[in-house]
Amino acid sequence: MCGLSKGKTTRVTIDADNLRSEIRDKSVKVLDIRKEEDYKKGHIPGAINLPLASLLSDDSPEKVLQYTQSFGIGDETSVVVYDDTFGALASRVAWTLEYIGHEDVSLLDITFGTWKKLGLEINTESPSTNKSNHSLKLKPQILATADYLVHAKEKGAVLMDNRERLNFLEQHIPGAINIPYRMLASSQNILKPKEELKRLMQNRNISSDSEIITYCGSVGTLSGLGYYALKSIGLDNVKLYVRSFKEWKSLEKPIEKQMDANYWDLSAE
Amino acid sequence: MSNTSVNQAKPDNLPKHKINWGKLEEAEYFAEQVKLFRQGKISKDDFRRFRLMHGAYGSRMTDDYSMIRLKLPAGELYPEQLDKVAELSDSFSIGSAHVSTRQNFQLHWVALEDVSEVLRGLVDAGMTTREACGNSVRSIMCSPLAGVCPDEIFDPTPYAVATTKFLLRNPMSQALPRKFKINFTCCEKHGMVRMVDIGLIPQQVEINGKTQLGFKIFLGGGLGAQSFVGHLLEDFTPEEELLYTVVATVRIFDRLGNRENMARARMRYLVNEMGWEKFQNLVLKERAMVKMVLSVLVKLDVDKTPDVLRKISISSEMPYIPQGYSRWIKSNTIKQKQSGFSSVFLTLESGDVTSNQLRAIADMARELTADGQIRNGFAQDMVFRWIKDEDLPRLYAKLLEVGLANPGALTMTSVVGCSGTTSCNLALTNSHRLAKEVQRKFIELKIDEDDDLRNSTIKISGCPNSCGQHEIATIGFYGGGGRLGKDMYPLYNMLLGGRADEDTTLGHTCTKVPAKRVIPTILKIVEIFKSEKRQGETLDLWMRRVIQGNGGPNIKSLDDIKELLQPTIAVPTKDQDEDFYADYGNDASYHAKTGRGECAA
Ligand code: SF4
Repeated sequence: MCGLSKGKTTRVTIDADNLRSEIRDKSVKVLDIRKEEDYKKGHIPGAINLPLASLLSDDSPEKVLQYTQSFGIGDETSVVVYDDTFGALASRVAWTLEYIGHEDVSLLDITFGTWKKLGLEINTESPSTNKSNHSLKLKPQILATADYLVHAKEKGAVLMDNRERLNFLEQHIPGAINIPYRMLASSQNILKPKEELKRLMQNRNISSDSEIITYCGSVGTLSGLGYYALKSIGLDNVKLYVRSFKEWKSLEKPIEKQMDANYWDLSAE
Repeated sequence: MSNTSVNQAKPDNLPKHKINWGKLEEAEYFAEQVKLFRQGKISKDDFRRFRLMHGAYGSRMTDDYSMIRLKLPAGELYPEQLDKVAELSDSFSIGSAHVSTRQNFQLHWVALEDVSEVLRGLVDAGMTTREACGNSVRSIMCSPLAGVCPDEIFDPTPYAVATTKFLLRNPMSQALPRKFKINFTCCEKHGMVRMVDIGLIPQQVEINGKTQLGFKIFLGGGLGAQSFVGHLLEDFTPEEELLYTVVATVRIFDRLGNRENMARARMRYLVNEMGWEKFQNLVLKERAMVKMVLSVLVKLDVDKTPDVLRKISISSEMPYIPQGYSRWIKSNTIKQKQSGFSSVFLTLESGDVTSNQLRAIADMARELTADGQIRNGFAQDMVFRWIKDEDLPRLYAKLLEVGLANPGALTMTSVVGCSGTTSCNLALTNSHRLAKEVQRKFIELKIDEDDDLRNSTIKISGCPNSCGQHEIATIGFYGGGGRLGKDMYPLYNMLLGGRADEDTTLGHTCTKVPAKRVIPTILKIVEIFKSEKRQGETLDLWMRRVIQGNGGPNIKSLDDIKELLQPTIAVPTKDQDEDFYADYGNDASYHAKTGRGECAA
């Protein structure tokens, strides 16, 4: 694989085999965003630990830049992120890197749990890293604020809520459509095959040049996965409302709900 | 391409579905139709008819979401199919599925735009939703004990499957005056054959020293706002006549059924208006005609190859027997006619089961059933058959792990509740939740251990339509609204003494019971029964005695029961008891609100 080709920047996910060969070639930096204690018990060889909680405690561009440089990630470095949930947490980290201007970031297409189940190599060594230089070129075109959302919505942008169906029915931003994060995954991979994801959009009459804003409950994880699902099928005009529904509610903006049904009672415990 | 496969190897002696009932073209066509509908190119009514024919109901007060009903002939399921339903529910529904009273799965709150994706997924695993709703021949049911029931004469399953093969997508069953239901059973006790359009019980007779297989066929029964018990067509219908009889009946209904008035369109009204004898004659004549025309062309394709039974070799040594085992064995299992094997009924709550539980059930079927299958039951339940008796403790332990080991499946604690206000447009009350509440309370009170109550049933519908089958319950309820001054409260009409066996009887109306008094009312009835019963008498038999006018000195009729219930069902003012005025599962004050009905159990 040619490490510096332009096309590589659009690679949304990478599979285990390719990642393993890139690790062998030392042409990639891998970020493990699980908790430190889990990381210490074993991780993909060479992976650097960046617990999501640490990142979220201060995700200002300056701080993120600091992390990036301390991990030895340069402007051109290939980065791969993984988690052990279903790709949503990794997505949030990937998006953050993208936001500060790091183009070449991908998601491992399986979770760490699956990696382990496949019997792929794991070790417990923390790699040593050399500090690098990384520039800061913010990409505001992938971020939506509440104000931006209101405006864009009026102009016809699609608003996509990635929370679970029952949460959505209970309350959501008026006019949003619901694509629960579980709808994005296949039984093996964090994202469904492209044809299937494309069909989900086609069935909703969403064209490939639509502007789409994704959001979820609080910090933009589930909707981060939504963001990458859309990117993976070539939709480019996608933004993440990163402060999501939590902020929306705290701003006391209007909320819509599905009336007159006791849908909660249908879910088995 | 990845050469690391995520799929784990599964043993390859696992039985897989034999028939693919699904069609990919139908899924693709559905997606097209949704788009046209959204663009306003198809009328609402046309689209509605189309989606119903493909198993998609509207959800309560909205057409943007569907309830998808699968059509599972005879309730038969294979583990791979359960896994698929679980996956589809996780992706497109709410992470759970609902087992209906007609052996089907229902997936709720699926976005209309995703229905086609669900249909696709189902095709992958051999399943369909085709003609699961609408004015068609609905899924043909077959007792979950067919093939293993100690009282059956032969296994009717192959006939249920063959009849489905003939009727599914058959032009003849696409535009009937109303829906049409066919049930096969193993024996009188297990199949509700007198409560459907066509009910069939296996029979055999000796003719000139030769054994002839056939059926006892009942026509024109059905539950609903007005219910009827089916009539026996003739003493014995040989198996060769089965297809002709079914075709003749469907054709007569198609020709003569009431297409003007939807409320009187079911075949039972035709039978009732015409009179049984006339209807019976028509069917017999039509059958003779059909036979002349059809016999050269079609025969029912009955595949009687027995299911391959696998040797299951589990080292069944359990270090200890988990708590609650004997209670569970007593109320959830039935010994099969094949010695050494049992069938196991799973207690669900109002038929709800999570996707994780479905996967666990699939694994248990793979590991512990000799036939490698699961069947959905008639009471919102699921059934394992062919479990080796010595494996029962292990199965119980596994069920415990996933919260499926509740006792009481075959007793009065296992309550049926239709979907009610959780998703149905016509619902007046949350029958779904009430059924769960009653069940939880009664398990807690160990009602399942009481042999006097074992044969009795409780069934709850959210409105007078009987999707919850309240009319054939020992104690049945259907939802309504009550009012005190200007304040409305949810209530139920209570019927007593219904049954669905060879003495099929519809319940008699007793009294109105406020929703929040349903539990104490049932307990009060049990208390009255205990003080009145004769030795060895069960609740359902006592009830029948009272209804037939042979009650004791204290309780002569249902009116006497009603009298004794008065204190329990008294209506407090809103100031005295605010909670009384809210339905289960809802904190706000009750108000009845309904939309256009599409009928969904
Ligand atoms: S129409 Fe059927 S499902 Fe709906 S509330 Fe009435 S009985 Fe229940």
